[in-house]
Amino acid sequence: MTKMEISRRDFLVTTASAAGGLMIGFHLSSASAAANVNAQPWLIPTDKEGTEVNAWLTIDPTGVVTVRVPHTEQGQGALTSVPMMIAEELEVDWKMIKAVFADPNRHVRNNNEYVTMSTSGSNVVRTQHPRFFEAGAQARERLKAAAAKAWGVPVTDVVAKDSTLTAGTRRGTYAEFATAAASVVLTDKPKIKAPDQWTLLGTGVNRLDIPLKVNGSAAYAIDTRLPNMVYAAVKCCAVPWGDLKSFNFDAIKGRPGVIAAVEMKKVAGKTGGADMQSGVAVVADSWYRAKTALDLMPIEWDFGKNANVSTASLLQRHMEALDKPGEVRDKIGGDTQAMIAAASKVVKADYSRPYETHMRMEPINATVSVAADRVDVWAPSQDQAAALALAADQSKVDPKNVYVHTTFIGGAFGGGGGGNTAVTKQATELSRVMGRPVKVVWTREEDVTNDKQRGMGVNRFAVALGTNGLPTAWMSRSVGVETRADTGITDMPYLVPNRHHERTVLDSHIPTATHRAPGTNQNGFMRESFVDEVAQAGGWNPLDWRLEMTKGLPKWQIVLKAMKEKAGFRTDLPKGEGMGVAIMEDHASICATCATVTVSKRGVLNIEKLFVVINSGYVINPRNCSEQLEGAACWELGTAWMAGLDLKDGRFTNTNFDSYQLMRIGQMPPVEVAFALEKGDTWGGMGEPSGPPTPAAVANAIFYATGKRIRSTPFRNHDLSWA
Amino acid sequence: MALTLKVNGTSHTVDVEAETPLLWVLRDTIGLTGTKYGCGIAKCGACTVHIDGQAARSCNTKVSDAVGKTITTIEGLSTDSKHPVQVAWADIGVPQCGYCQSGQIMAAAALLSKNKKPTDADIDAEMDGNMCRCGTYLRIRAAIHRAAELAAR
Repeated sequence: MTKMEISRRDFLVTTASAAGGLMIGFHLSSASAAANVNAQPWLIPTDKEGTEVNAWLTIDPTGVVTVRVPHTEQGQGALTSVPMMIAEELEVDWKMIKAVFADPNRHVRNNNEYVTMSTSGSNVVRTQHPRFFEAGAQARERLKAAAAKAWGVPVTDVVAKDSTLTAGTRRGTYAEFATAAASVVLTDKPKIKAPDQWTLLGTGVNRLDIPLKVNGSAAYAIDTRLPNMVYAAVKCCAVPWGDLKSFNFDAIKGRPGVIAAVEMKKVAGKTGGADMQSGVAVVADSWYRAKTALDLMPIEWDFGKNANVSTASLLQRHMEALDKPGEVRDKIGGDTQAMIAAASKVVKADYSRPYETHMRMEPINATVSVAADRVDVWAPSQDQAAALALAADQSKVDPKNVYVHTTFIGGAFGGGGGGNTAVTKQATELSRVMGRPVKVVWTREEDVTNDKQRGMGVNRFAVALGTNGLPTAWMSRSVGVETRADTGITDMPYLVPNRHHERTVLDSHIPTATHRAPGTNQNGFMRESFVDEVAQAGGWNPLDWRLEMTKGLPKWQIVLKAMKEKAGFRTDLPKGEGMGVAIMEDHASICATCATVTVSKRGVLNIEKLFVVINSGYVINPRNCSEQLEGAACWELGTAWMAGLDLKDGRFTNTNFDSYQLMRIGQMPPVEVAFALEKGDTWGGMGEPSGPPTPAAVANAIFYATGKRIRSTPFRNHDLSWA
Repeated sequence: MALTLKVNGTSHTVDVEAETPLLWVLRDTIGLTGTKYGCGIAKCGACTVHIDGQAARSCNTKVSDAVGKTITTIEGLSTDSKHPVQVAWADIGVPQCGYCQSGQIMAAAALLSKNKKPTDADIDAEMDGNMCRCGTYLRIRAAIHRAAELAAR
């Protein structure tokens, strides 16, 4: 469990946190003095920093333990789950825990001291838990060693519990020994608890950030206000990789508050996330003045060679590629194509999904202050060390002098990585040019137009059925614009004896980047809808089919058996009502959804209920985990049901909440959650896995209600009426 | 032009164009950043405030139309986070990312001020304009029922 070792240096470093930076500008800075987290969460929540016992935590004279969280809080609960893991090993009373974001500058200065500051891939608990357990355990053992030395007893006689150290009749607090503990050097690796010894983990702790999110005080990057700051609105070419030809600043320069117009040069980044598109920014003394002037400024564009691309032409390219062989990614058994050609019963179908966008509630933004000797950054990035590097690169300032202040993030869904980085470079460049702090906010339309999207994807499946109705040969081909075009297809669990899979990755002018559950969300719909067709064609109950086809795979069986016991799945409901199931693996968790729907004769879909079962190995906060499962299911279902980007003349046409529709409160079904946990070596993620199976479960339920198979998203484009 | 606004019980004189949306005056001129920008076209509800006690989308309300009226933002809903909606929100743990929640809370508070005991259907109708991308809708509904109980005590 403790593969990640914290270096010796962590024991010795006692540098004071340099997280301070510019502690100015927010009106509510003192509102949270008594709270567990500062409303400006990169600042400590107490008046004075305690003693640093190791890089991960401080203990102050009142016994308050402030945990430094190296990941971001975007609604997934990291600001609570990281302290929970540390508190479990530290043996500290949970009421004494406060949290602050770890300092990205320190991380960079000390050669990646926190190992990673990325928050992606459902990683915080799933892959990083050994580090947090070890951090808490090390601090505990150092406190024990300090007490043992002071009391002249063997360390094995010292017990740490509830923030108290005892040995026989001796008794002391963590606060008393914090300073001495800070200089202890441990010789042995501390023991980590087995999960059955947990007392805090596994309980439904309230999230520490909730109080800040019911009174408007929680600081997001978009809320940053600095002295002498100006505001910028930006418009980049609506057809990606097109060019700004000219703009007429004279036409708007007399407008109130307008300061400058600055060209944004195109930069093809080393990664998709570092790209900057060609465009222009208007800088003014308020954002609305900047935005209004930008809208009025005459701009000429050279849209380039992609200005005639449309949804239809893109889809046609994908479908044409499906007719051609691709890269062989899986080959098991014999000649599947020959077997399918010779089979008496074959099931074939093509599936597709369009381009889709993140639509975080917080539009893309960044505030940067470039000064002679330092750069300060506020940006809703999912990797603060990456944000630091981007600002350093653009400003040509030594990364050691770049300070990123970790704010709350108004939704991320993968977009805080690749999709949200160009704006950090834009704000850095604008601050450099203007010589003062600049806040860049993209309009919602700009956010959708120039976000990094989830690429279009299509799949062609063909399966031969044997006499028992089960597949004997499987042939599939995935075509997309990202290498993840066949995630969830190549690694599908179903044990078909003869299997062949190919993938083709097409070029596209539309930048793509990670989205929630990359690859598995799209292919979850396509694969799990198709196998439902296969089960039905073979005369199998679709839940029993999945149980049969994953025999010998315990991590799948535990979920499907729980589903069979608890979901009440049935295929004999009256017409107009239906239940559907689907199951996917995502970020090491296996998650299944059973959906119950009704469809009126006129085709109005109502989702009555979702039942979600997950095997994530372990659950450290069941309350938060249930919320994540509910939320991720809603997120992906909303996209598959209603959304999808429309492309015309090389640019997206549905770029706001009026035309890019998503689930609203009245459409949200009740969600029941069940945990079916293996409790073995695997820790699975929680922030993403309920998305991938959910749209397919709904589409399959629609089939049982109406007799209609849905083979593309969004569902709302399909006529679901029945007689 | 100079306009005087009454926000959370305080008068503010601001020098902005009359057609500026109230949202940006609150956020950029006065500095009340709890009210959020989400869409700019009154389709997401993140910017919801109260104008004379009614829920209003501040992103498409001209600041000149708010002159002479009583404006309440999330910062002014209570001084101590003890408005029944805030108490219910915290007890149930509604927010995830939290970005939409100022708007959700202001919309819920306006609903409860005119409907003391809303049904699920009443809630769905009134809250339809408030988008949440984290999918906290079920807890929003539960918290509104809870707030109605708290307010009735």
